[in-house]
Amino acid sequence: MKRKDRGSAQINSGSMADIAFLLLIFFLVTTQIATDKGILIRLPPKPDPNEPPPDIKFNQRNIFKILINSQDDLLVEDEPLRDVTLLKDMVKAFVLNNGRDPNLSDSPSDAIVSIKADRGTSYDIFINVYDQCEAAYMEMYGEKVGLTAEEFRKLDRSDPEQKKLYDRAREVGDDGKPQFPKQISIADPTKYGGN
Amino acid sequence: MSKFKKNSKASQEIPTAALPDIIFMLLFFFMVTTVLRETTLLVEQKLPLATQLKKIERKSLVNYIYIGKPKNLKEFGSEPRVQVNDAFISTKEVVQFVLTAKDKLDESEREQIIMSMKVDKETKMGIVTDVQQELREANALKVLYNTPKRVDE
Repeated sequence: MKRKDRGSAQINSGSMADIAFLLLIFFLVTTQIATDKGILIRLPPKPDPNEPPPDIKFNQRNIFKILINSQDDLLVEDEPLRDVTLLKDMVKAFVLNNGRDPNLSDSPSDAIVSIKADRGTSYDIFINVYDQCEAAYMEMYGEKVGLTAEEFRKLDRSDPEQKKLYDRAREVGDDGKPQFPKQISIADPTKYGGN
Repeated sequence: MSKFKKNSKASQEIPTAALPDIIFMLLFFFMVTTVLRETTLLVEQKLPLATQLKKIERKSLVNYIYIGKPKNLKEFGSEPRVQVNDAFISTKEVVQFVLTAKDKLDESEREQIIMSMKVDKETKMGIVTDVQQELREANALKVLYNTPKRVDE
């Protein structure tokens, strides 16, 4: 009698590990590691008070003007635009014009996309517009080296092979300056719409 | 020979009693190390969506600025406010915030600092630009408009 009891004295705890595993997997799946994804921009440096701002004259045809008012209406090249998603192709046509259409840019290196918002413009539409312009450039770069915009954006510049592709798309010259730069300018907003 | 056989019969199974403990240790490790959210949000955060996203690899360079309508409308009003860490600050104090953040970095990395702006989509550009002006003042020129990926299309 006693001997038999000894045999089944322990509780079978083998499944305990399974339960713990389940918990572990649950936590692994549900915890979101905060992702830092977004649109990276570089602000212009603070103007030097001792130096007057350089007086650069741009040819009007080389500037693609996008104005957004406080009602979130768009004015693109002096014409109203309803659909933001059309912007991408307009920007591409503008940059890749290479002097054909007298209203569009001379060459990609001269082309500047200027976004000017109002203080009353909503952040949402601004991001949408900027995103479209960025997408236009990424597609143009991608097309040059036979990648999609998505693939081009994911190029890792620390890898020499991929850096080569990246430089080729941007037509980086011997001086290290790209002949096909991405020039999206964010102008200081106007003040009509208040805060 | 017979003696040996008896012994082997007694220790046929590998003791698995310690296995749950090991797994629990792993579990606790993950529970402790995963940080759910560093700051409690005092402002509304419905971020706009975008497609052209970049991922930031170096987390140590990133500092967050939250902008949006306060959640507690009665106490703070409905005007969008700027939040860093756990408190509201005025736009003028952004410079101070950046400088403290820069102090924590190595000298060589100070120029690389990235300000991640989490801005509610209802916010007007006015306050966003004001903050950007202060960032220029503080010489923190890399700005990330933090946006989740747009999945439709």
